[in-house]
Amino acid sequence: MAQNHTQDDHHDHGSELSEMQLRVRALETVLTEKGYIDPAALDAIVEAYETRIGPHNGARIVAKAWSDPEFKRRLLADGTAAVRALGHENRVGDHLTVVENTPRRHNMVVCTLCSCYPWEILGLPPVWYKSAPYRSRAVKDPRGVLADFGVKLPADTEILVWDSTAETRYLVLPMRPPGTEGMSEDQLAELVTRDSMIGTGLVKAPGVQ
Amino acid sequence: MDGVHDMGGMDGFGKVEPEPNEPVFHAPWEGRVLAMQRAMGYAGAWNTDMSRYAQERLPPAVYLGVSYYKRWELAMEANVIERGLADADEIAAGHALRAGKTLKRKMPPELGAKGAPRGSFERETNRPALFKVGDRVRARNIHPKGHTRLPRYVRGHVGEVVLVHGCHVFPDAVALSIENDDPQWLYTVRFDGRELWGPDGDPTIKVSVDAFEPYLEPA
Repeated sequence: MAQNHTQDDHHDHGSELSEMQLRVRALETVLTEKGYIDPAALDAIVEAYETRIGPHNGARIVAKAWSDPEFKRRLLADGTAAVRALGHENRVGDHLTVVENTPRRHNMVVCTLCSCYPWEILGLPPVWYKSAPYRSRAVKDPRGVLADFGVKLPADTEILVWDSTAETRYLVLPMRPPGTEGMSEDQLAELVTRDSMIGTGLVKAPGVQ
Repeated sequence: MDGVHDMGGMDGFGKVEPEPNEPVFHAPWEGRVLAMQRAMGYAGAWNTDMSRYAQERLPPAVYLGVSYYKRWELAMEANVIERGLADADEIAAGHALRAGKTLKRKMPPELGAKGAPRGSFERETNRPALFKVGDRVRARNIHPKGHTRLPRYVRGHVGEVVLVHGCHVFPDAVALSIENDDPQWLYTVRFDGRELWGPDGDPTIKVSVDAFEPYLEPA
C-alpha cells in the first residue's frame, strides 16, 4: 500500500471521486426523503467550516494570551471557560485544555485512535493530522515528526505529546517570538500558524510573510 | 477492539506529508459527508462513539486503504442500515422506498451555520474520584472486544495523573447504547517515553492519554 494513500485518494483516484460523488448524493437523498436531515442545514455546516470556523479563531486566542497576562492565566487554568468568555460566535462545547510552550518544553497534540481536534478553535483538521504516518509516529518519535515539518528543537527540550483519546481537546499556546514588543493583537494573530497551535510548527517571525 | 485504527507506535507508514495551502475539503462530497454526520448525530440517529466504532469495524484493508471522508461515509452507511434507518436497496436506488423512522429532532440551518457545535460530555456525579493529580497509576492490560479509547501502546504501563477532568460519558458503554452513557471519571495520565518505548526510546519525551477510571488501577 502506498504510504501516502490519503493524498493518492485525493489527487490520483479520479474514479473514486466520481463514485463518491454519486454514492454520497444517493445517501443524502435517502436521508432527506426519510425526513432525517434538511439539506439546507448541510449547506450551512459546510459554509461555516469553509468560511468562518478556522485557525484564525485560535490565532486570536493566542494573540490575546500573549498580550493580556490575566487572560493567559485564565486560559491555562480553564481553557473552555476563558474562550467562552471571549464571546465567540461559536460556543466552545469542547473540553479545552491549553498547554503552554516554554524554552524548556514543547507540546504536540495528536489523536492516535481517530482524528480528535479542537474544531471550534482551529477548524477541521488537515489531512496529515488524520493520516496514519502522523497518528502512528507522533507518540513514539515526535522529533522525527517535527523533522518532517522542518522543525528542529534543542536536544534537551522536553516534548510533551498529548494524545486526545477522550472528548477533551488540546490547544498549544506557542511562545511569543522576540521582536514583537508593541505589536497589536491583530498584528500578533497574523504570526500564529495553525501548525504552531498543534505543535508541529513554530510561529512566524515578525516581518516574514 | 484491537484494530488497525489503534495506530500509536506502529512503524512503516512513512513520513508525514503536509499539503501546502490545503483546502478545507478536497471535493464537495467530503463536505456533505461531514455535514450529514453532524446532522444525523444531532437527530439522535447515533452518537460520536457509534460513528467511531463503525469505522473501527471496517475491514482493516478498507480502513487503511480509503480516504478519511470515504471512511466516514462507509461507516455512516453501516450505521444507517444497522439501525434500520434505511435499507441497502434504498441507498443503492438513491431514493427512499419506504417511510422513515421518527428521530428525536432535525437540525435546523441556523444551528448548522454555527458549525453544529457539540454539547458537553461531562456529567454530574456524587461518586468520588478514585485518583488525584500526582497519583501513580497503571493502564490496565485489557483488550475489550468492543469500542474502547485506551490505546494499546499504554496498556500495562505506569504513568502519573496530571489532570482530572470530571466525570464524562464512557465511550465503551455509549458506543453500544445511546441511553447508557455510564459516566466515569476522566484523567490525563502522563507516561515517560522510555516507560512506553523501552531503553532506546527518546528520553526527552512524555506522552499522555486521556483515560477513564475503568482503564486504570493504582500502581
